[in-house]
Amino acid sequence: MTGVLAELARTFALLSLVSIGGVNALLPEIHRQVVDIHGWMTDAAFASAFAIANASPGPNVIFVSLIGWQVAGLSGLLVATFALLIPSSVLACFAGRVLTRWSHHPAVAVLRDALIPVALGMMLASGLSMMRTVDRDAVTVLISLATTVFVYTTRRNPLWALASGAIVNVAALHIF
Amino acid sequence: MQHDSSATPRRNIGKAELFLGFLKIGLLGFGGVAPWARHIIVEERRWLTDREFAEILGIGQVLPGPNTINAAVIIGDRNQGIVGVLLCLLGQMAMPLVIVTALAVVYERVAAIPEVGAALIGAAAASAGLVLGTALKMIRNIRPTPLSYVIVAVGFAAIGLLRWPLVPVVLVLVPTAIAATWWERRK
Repeated sequence: MTGVLAELARTFALLSLVSIGGVNALLPEIHRQVVDIHGWMTDAAFASAFAIANASPGPNVIFVSLIGWQVAGLSGLLVATFALLIPSSVLACFAGRVLTRWSHHPAVAVLRDALIPVALGMMLASGLSMMRTVDRDAVTVLISLATTVFVYTTRRNPLWALASGAIVNVAALHIF
Repeated sequence: MQHDSSATPRRNIGKAELFLGFLKIGLLGFGGVAPWARHIIVEERRWLTDREFAEILGIGQVLPGPNTINAAVIIGDRNQGIVGVLLCLLGQMAMPLVIVTALAVVYERVAAIPEVGAALIGAAAASAGLVLGTALKMIRNIRPTPLSYVIVAVGFAAIGLLRWPLVPVVLVLVPTAIAATWWERRK
């Protein structure tokens, strides 16, 4: 049991340090480690864990937490979660401090301004790739586009749009 | 880019405020946390402006680790040091961890019900729109310079349209964006 925990810790701590773009960018490598190399989960269990994590709120990290949970219960969940979070968070904390300390340096100001359009482009791209994954018919495409307009034009709580999307798609199931 | 007062420190956000804010972000964060983080941090609590939020998200994006986790670390550290980091992370992770394990327990029974599947897909479709709408709103509020628009468009095209792998795109795009920003500023 402790062998599995140590292996979980080692696997996800290493992944943490290369996880530029977050857990979704790591998906193929996580699959290789969890299913192919360690044989902790079957392909089907891996896929349903991914579906469950996507249906839950919160950062994608919880997919890795869930893998830990399926492999070794509560201790597995904690070990996998901490292993994935600690190395990258220590780095982020350090980077944040360096940038704050040198915030008046012209080079840092240029760097921060330069990262803004990069972040915006990535966010647009992730919206499109989510649409591509999820939207299978005209109804879901319309839900996505209507939500885009709703969020762009109002400051209301986006939960209204999510609830409407769920209701509309259930209604569509019964109409068509 | 025109510069606002983003570098000047404002009042520190309290420990309880940080924890509760991120607890809400975690709890609401369906289909990606970034739009919810922006909704709470920029619109609801006004901790940061759109520009400051995008800066922190940008830093979080190019570092390893999920961008919103990195953003939580940086915001927590700036306001309350290491304790703030722990509170922001715990806040963001607590409810999602409880919910995901609870869902895992009932999943096999519930997943077979067609209405449940349809509701989840409908909410996921709306989440995609939430991410798109949030990105567009941030672009409108930040008003990038012409060259910044080009960087946004190239990043979107490479990752979103052409589906190139993220790491090499970031490795090329960040230096390009730095060069473009530097060139625009020296005029």
